[in-house]
Amino acid sequence: MQPVKLFSKGVVPGYRRGQRNQDSSISLIKIEGVTTKADVDFYLGKRVAYVYRGQKSRKNKITKRDTKLRVIWGKIRRAHGSSGAVRASFRTNLPPKAIGATVRVMLYPSRE
Amino acid sequence: KEIGGDKNGGSRIVPTQRESRYYPTEDVRRRLANRKKPGMAKLRSSITPGTVLILLAGAHRGKRVVFLRQLNSGLLLVTGPYKINGVPLRRIPQCYAIATSTHIDVSDVTIPEQCIINEAYFKGEPKKKKRSEDMFEETQDDKKPREQRIKDQKTVDDQILPKISGVSHLKKYLSSLFSLRKG
Repeated sequence: MQPVKLFSKGVVPGYRRGQRNQDSSISLIKIEGVTTKADVDFYLGKRVAYVYRGQKSRKNKITKRDTKLRVIWGKIRRAHGSSGAVRASFRTNLPPKAIGATVRVMLYPSRE
Repeated sequence: KEIGGDKNGGSRIVPTQRESRYYPTEDVRRRLANRKKPGMAKLRSSITPGTVLILLAGAHRGKRVVFLRQLNSGLLLVTGPYKINGVPLRRIPQCYAIATSTHIDVSDVTIPEQCIINEAYFKGEPKKKKRSEDMFEETQDDKKPREQRIKDQKTVDDQILPKISGVSHLKKYLSSLFSLRKG
């Protein structure tokens, strides 16, 4: 099938934090093209995927194929600030290695 | 039950089934029955029969399909049509589709009763468990759809295809894939 991109790119600037303490259960995400709090409304509730590679190949339970790609799924919870950043929580917390990494913001669950 | 021995009275009444020696110290609580069932999901106002939807996930992601009606389980019944983009009569959850403003008139399209009433119609064939003798044989897995499905697909699509041909560019639109691009 022709590859289609059905997600927006986002970056993980870090966890929710005050200056000296951080809450690693909530990650922040800056979505490409989203620069105001009003724009965030579309993305609320959307699923997010942090895709990364492991060393060893594993069998994907759904596609049954061996692959090195792994995912951590999460969901966008709410806006963060007024410049379009967003808070997301993942099924397991994002590893610190994800800071600065890209994340995929899917278009589902869709409300359009 | 007859019992031997002199002074034992000859026979005794004995239960045919003996009670088990073990019983739990506390009676095990029966779990409460869960009678909750998801209701029919409310259909978004942007989705009406004949709307073209974009599928967001699954094998057919990115494809534009025609929405037919909502089934009793709340899932949406859509069709490619199959000839145009390879999507058969299929159920999809509402949250995995984006409604477009493109619309065709399907008010007079009749869908086979089976598809609407019987959701098991859409379920796949259960995988046959391999018995140990069969394991060493090469079994040809038939991935062909059931004949009934092919027939129903044709009935529905034959009604929709002329409507699509009637709208300029719609056929091409349905056969193209949706993708997010720069900007």
